[in-house]
Amino acid sequence: MPIELKHVTYTYMPQTPFERVALQDVSLTIEEGSFTAIAGHTGSGKSTLVQHLNGILQPTSGQVLVDGTDLAARGKAALAARRKVGMVFQYPEHQLFEETVALDIAFGPKNLELPEAEIEQRVRQAMEFVHLDYETYKDRSPFQLSGGQMRRAAIAGVIALQPKYLVLDEPTAGLDPRGREDLLQRIVQLHKKEKITIVFVSHNMDDIARTADRVVFMDQGKVLLDEAPAKAFFAEKEIAQAGLAAPQMVTLLTKLREKGLAVDPAAFTMEDGVAHIMKALREAKSC
Amino acid sequence: MNFIELTNMSHVYHDGTENAHTAVDHIDLTIKEGEFLAILGTNGSGKSTLAKHFNAILLPTEGHCRVAGMDTADEAHLWDIRQQVGMVFQNPDNQIIAAVVEDDVAFGPENLGVPPEKIRQRVAESLAAVGMEHYRKFAPHLLSGGQKQRIAIAGALAMHTKCLVLDEPTAMLDPSGRRDVLHTVRQLHEKVGITVVYITHFMEEAAAADRILVMEQGKIVDDGTPAEIFRQVAVMKKRGLDVPLAAEVAWRLRQQGVRLPERILTDEDLVMALCR
Repeated sequence: MPIELKHVTYTYMPQTPFERVALQDVSLTIEEGSFTAIAGHTGSGKSTLVQHLNGILQPTSGQVLVDGTDLAARGKAALAARRKVGMVFQYPEHQLFEETVALDIAFGPKNLELPEAEIEQRVRQAMEFVHLDYETYKDRSPFQLSGGQMRRAAIAGVIALQPKYLVLDEPTAGLDPRGREDLLQRIVQLHKKEKITIVFVSHNMDDIARTADRVVFMDQGKVLLDEAPAKAFFAEKEIAQAGLAAPQMVTLLTKLREKGLAVDPAAFTMEDGVAHIMKALREAKSC
Repeated sequence: MNFIELTNMSHVYHDGTENAHTAVDHIDLTIKEGEFLAILGTNGSGKSTLAKHFNAILLPTEGHCRVAGMDTADEAHLWDIRQQVGMVFQNPDNQIIAAVVEDDVAFGPENLGVPPEKIRQRVAESLAAVGMEHYRKFAPHLLSGGQKQRIAIAGALAMHTKCLVLDEPTAMLDPSGRRDVLHTVRQLHEKVGITVVYITHFMEEAAAADRILVMEQGKIVDDGTPAEIFRQVAVMKKRGLDVPLAAEVAWRLRQQGVRLPERILTDEDLVMALCR
């Protein structure tokens, strides 16, 4: 069963001078088991969109269904549906608050009124999953961790809720290159091993190229493009309109091609890119 | 002329308690007037702590920090130092205070007691310098992240600041916002001769600087031109950092026997080398 957005429109501060339509008639289906990236410039509506996926925002008109249940409904079914969707906000480490890492991660499961033993088990698993050693870090203050560790501790707090769908809004912003790569790999593992459906908001096309199987470009509150990454990254017009940039490797290979080296620009990784250039050099000798 | 001079400078947070943490560890550093310096380092390496000494937000717990010859620990110089060194932070939404762009840019000079007609002139010049003159009457919340950062830069320029310290100014921006901010900073450096200290996790932004410092655990572990720093691909990766894409492609091509010039930092360098 999927998450379905049906003709969702969202207006901030309706009937005031500040009224602004942030989403306009957006219909989108997030299939179970998929890895969807949502990209767009600041103000394109991407964060507003994902805040509808677990009912933080409710559509001004239209419907959001999680596994067939309307999130706007009242009662237990809608609550259970909202709980299927875990949400990692931008800069989630700003929301850490407990005295120790373990207590912070346990906060969500405790609110689900799970038995103590299960809570501990979930905290342990979530920490292991984000590569924070349980014994080393459980009793540390979250505020003594490094930036990357704080980010991962905050994400562990959401993973401990064992969501079926996980939404991450700009999870790698502000991390150093290694922290960024580690976190991306953790997210890919969550998708592959735990079979969690991922919705990943980012304007980093390199991150998207290496992780997602589908990318949605948002622009002015509407879906501008909805494609497989391999296709989306060559949609020059839409990339420019969405205020984005093609992955760096694609950009480099395209420039080489424009200057006469007959290289295949469809490469997203360092290995593929270098292989494509070597192949073109061997075939051309000079260009 | 040296603009910023650090001598044997350290900063220890919670000094003297059991939570004591040395963020900057006995650093000697000089930054020349008119230089464009980028600082790289992993999260927690001490970059931001270091930068906050440059306009006396933090004071050294050991050693000295001098800005334009003034010791930052001497309170008598505080306002002079802050007027000469402007800071721009990561989050554009935390830095803008007024409801109209021109009021925000005027805030600094107003506090300096600059006469109104001079303020008007400074605001106009500063907004023009960051390419935002048409947004004078705009409400800041209607601007994009990149535009807000340029307003923050204009606010520093209106103080007639000599040095801009930018702490990950593009971390929260989309690609077009990142391009605009970096372009603005380069223009100010090249045309106005402003001294720039630019902290970033984006290697291709650091490649635009004259000089790069690499920090690790509160110490400076490398100091050189972008070409010198980014030549060491394996070393940079081991440090948890990276090199610009073109530099790594060039490095890998060389390993496979392709002959390339030493200095390849940008896509354009590589295109020039391969498509002669």
